[in-house]
Amino acid sequence: MTVMAEERELRDDALNGLELSTRLDRIWRTPPGLLGALMSVDHKVVGRRYIVTAFTFLLLGGILAILMRIQLAGPEKTFLSADKYNQIFTMHGSTMMFLFAVPVMEAFAVYLVPLMVGTRSIAFPRLNAFSYWMFLFGGCFLWISFALNVGPDVGWFAYVPLSSLQYTPTKRPDVWAQMITFTEVAALAVAVEIVVTVFKLRAPGMTLDRIPLFVWAMLVTSFLVMFAMPSIMVASTSLILDRLVSTRFYDSSSGGHPLLWQHLFWFFGHPEVYIIFIPGTGMVSAILATFARRPVIGYPVVILSLIATGFLSFGLWVHHMFVTGLPQLGAGLFTASSMLIAVPSGLQIFCWLATLWDGRPVYRTPLLFVVGFIVIFVLGGLSGVMVASVPIDTQVHDTYFVVAHFHYVLIGGAVFPLIGAVYYWFPKITGRMLSERLGRWNFWLAFVGFNVAFFPMHILGLIGMPRRVYTYTPEMDWAHLNLLSSAGAAIFAISFALLLVNVLMSLRAGTLAGDNPWDASTLEWATSSPPPPQNFDRIPVVKHRDPLWLDSASLPVVAGLSVERREVLLTSLAEAEPQIREASPEPSIWPLLTAIATTVFFIGSIFTPWAVLWGTPPMAVTLIGWFWPGGSKEDEQ
Amino acid sequence: MRQTIVRNVAELPTYGYGPRSGPWWGAMGFMALEGMGFAIAIGAYLYLYAVNPNWPIGAAPPDLWPGTAETIVYLLSIIPNEMTKSAAHRQDLAKVRAGLIAMSLIGIGLLVLRGFEFAHLNTRWDNSAYGSIVWLILGLHTTHLATDVGDTIVLAVLMFTRHAKPRRFSDVTDNVFYWNFVVLAWLPLYVLLDWVPRL
Repeated sequence: MTVMAEERELRDDALNGLELSTRLDRIWRTPPGLLGALMSVDHKVVGRRYIVTAFTFLLLGGILAILMRIQLAGPEKTFLSADKYNQIFTMHGSTMMFLFAVPVMEAFAVYLVPLMVGTRSIAFPRLNAFSYWMFLFGGCFLWISFALNVGPDVGWFAYVPLSSLQYTPTKRPDVWAQMITFTEVAALAVAVEIVVTVFKLRAPGMTLDRIPLFVWAMLVTSFLVMFAMPSIMVASTSLILDRLVSTRFYDSSSGGHPLLWQHLFWFFGHPEVYIIFIPGTGMVSAILATFARRPVIGYPVVILSLIATGFLSFGLWVHHMFVTGLPQLGAGLFTASSMLIAVPSGLQIFCWLATLWDGRPVYRTPLLFVVGFIVIFVLGGLSGVMVASVPIDTQVHDTYFVVAHFHYVLIGGAVFPLIGAVYYWFPKITGRMLSERLGRWNFWLAFVGFNVAFFPMHILGLIGMPRRVYTYTPEMDWAHLNLLSSAGAAIFAISFALLLVNVLMSLRAGTLAGDNPWDASTLEWATSSPPPPQNFDRIPVVKHRDPLWLDSASLPVVAGLSVERREVLLTSLAEAEPQIREASPEPSIWPLLTAIATTVFFIGSIFTPWAVLWGTPPMAVTLIGWFWPGGSKEDEQ
Repeated sequence: MRQTIVRNVAELPTYGYGPRSGPWWGAMGFMALEGMGFAIAIGAYLYLYAVNPNWPIGAAPPDLWPGTAETIVYLLSIIPNEMTKSAAHRQDLAKVRAGLIAMSLIGIGLLVLRGFEFAHLNTRWDNSAYGSIVWLILGLHTTHLATDVGDTIVLAVLMFTRHAKPRRFSDVTDNVFYWNFVVLAWLPLYVLLDWVPRL
């Protein structure tokens, strides 16, 4: 029976050209209408939503930054109250870290990784849809709470005892803790999807040493997410339990310990920095190769550096706790490991410089942002090596020096590559080019604005200005540098406004991109811009690390996949030998319903522990609905 | 771009077992991150143990019998679990059904035992940091146990419907795989919860 059924099934070796494209398009397309949109499991649709949502949160977080810079532009300003200021800096940090930086990197991976490894879909596309909804609902939850004056006000790391019920008897820290749960669920789901996509869905012939560097970076990042985020989930859960059902994790009168919070938080929090930075390096490698017109020098060095960075990032967390009175041996060890991690990062920088040196660089906007990244990130790295040393850290801890340092690392290390990546992949995602002229303005305003905004903070920190103060007195002599910093922030904000204008204008009237406008080498450029729902009409076969530079006119492909139902090709882990033609799930409303049920559960449990009881059955029902076969061809194979 | 067909994969199977299949790696990924969650919780327990001069705090150690009984049932459950797996590999539907029913019943039994274990912890979550971490760890593992039992029951029902197609046998083996993780995760927790307070 099975054999006969299989014989009747139409495969892509029997069709060609337009007929093949049309059939695949019909099978893989997201259904029309609002319901169809809510059911979509297309990684490109979900990826686009993820990117747009994350950038919306960047905009919101950026507005908060501007509000803070207005408040601090002069001494004793009354633009913001102390209470509002506390909420705003907490919201700024939490939004940027949990709702922008991590999600936006994962968003690019969701969109690009399946295309770059030459497959039709991400692994577990329904989980991917669920992940997006959880991220969206968690972000909205935080911001709606803020609008209702219940925005968290205990810092983005919510240290106990400040965040305990005794010192903050409002719902604000609960909102923070539960937002963490939302975003971590979303991030962990994407991490597993990326790992499995890279392990099992690579195009035949894409052996481990032919995987594009951006994909390697996202693979390492996903492992970091998987091993770092459980720590913050344990932390936020225990915090909320302390606050809601009187557990005693952080209550020192009952055997609890406030420093446990810092250990749990920073065991996540330090790898988090690399979860944000490593994707940035992947973007840099991708952009650099294309615009230097040669492959990145030291491919194995870059990969081993990424992996080394990943491992080392778990051995640094205590350097955030140098002023808590640690044993000297421990402090020494963590100083050493904090300095050690500069080595793999430095190796990568040298590989990129060598690539630029040996290539024929074409200085288009994406490359400008990469060069900006190198300058700013190196500066941030240097101040990082400084604060790795205990005496310096003790002096500048909780001052603006640290604020300057981590903005140099995070904005330099992640946001500059990211904006470069927007210019680089926008043509693939939308089919249109961004304006180069506006792009250059965008870059120079961002570069100048960023440095004017953040460099003075180094000096402010050294002369003693603490973080998280809502104002200062004129005698402190901080006014001029603060005003300069605020002026820089305004220029930096204009650069983002320009990016937004560029995006909106180019969406309507940008030059048409064509498949491969940059003459790049990786597989996402082997399909149309934007890619069709099926990504590729036939799965490519990879024979070289830079397939499109090996032969830009013709693409070796495999045939034999179904054109009657969604099917992907699974390959072996190391050699990428074809193994299985596996069915890929069709669109479904259940991931959204599951996310709604989970949201009710999470938010309900802030108000009553009984939500755990009445919130579970709807989740169970929606999950069963999700996994129960619906009788489609995909399900019954 | 011109396409040149260099290979035909029409003869490949549409499902596979173990590391060949996608869901197996998905299960692997979730086990890794959940395992990390347990490791972190164990770390938190040992941290609190290290900073407190008295352990357990203001309570007797948990009664041994529920945890020990569970441990024995967990270890023995590997036998029917592995039998279910080999039946799934042979695509023997009748045996797979029997195996899934057995595993569902074992799971329900373990949940009942788990109820007794909570009742015999001899501390409450709000007594002290000791009580808090013990309840957290046991709660965490109970969530795993309950999720997998739920999953097993749904799969058992599924195998009695028209959806019991060949590729579902692969799902059964993944379920078996995950159960082994639930068992494996329990063993260090048993030592931690029941024996460390007696040191």
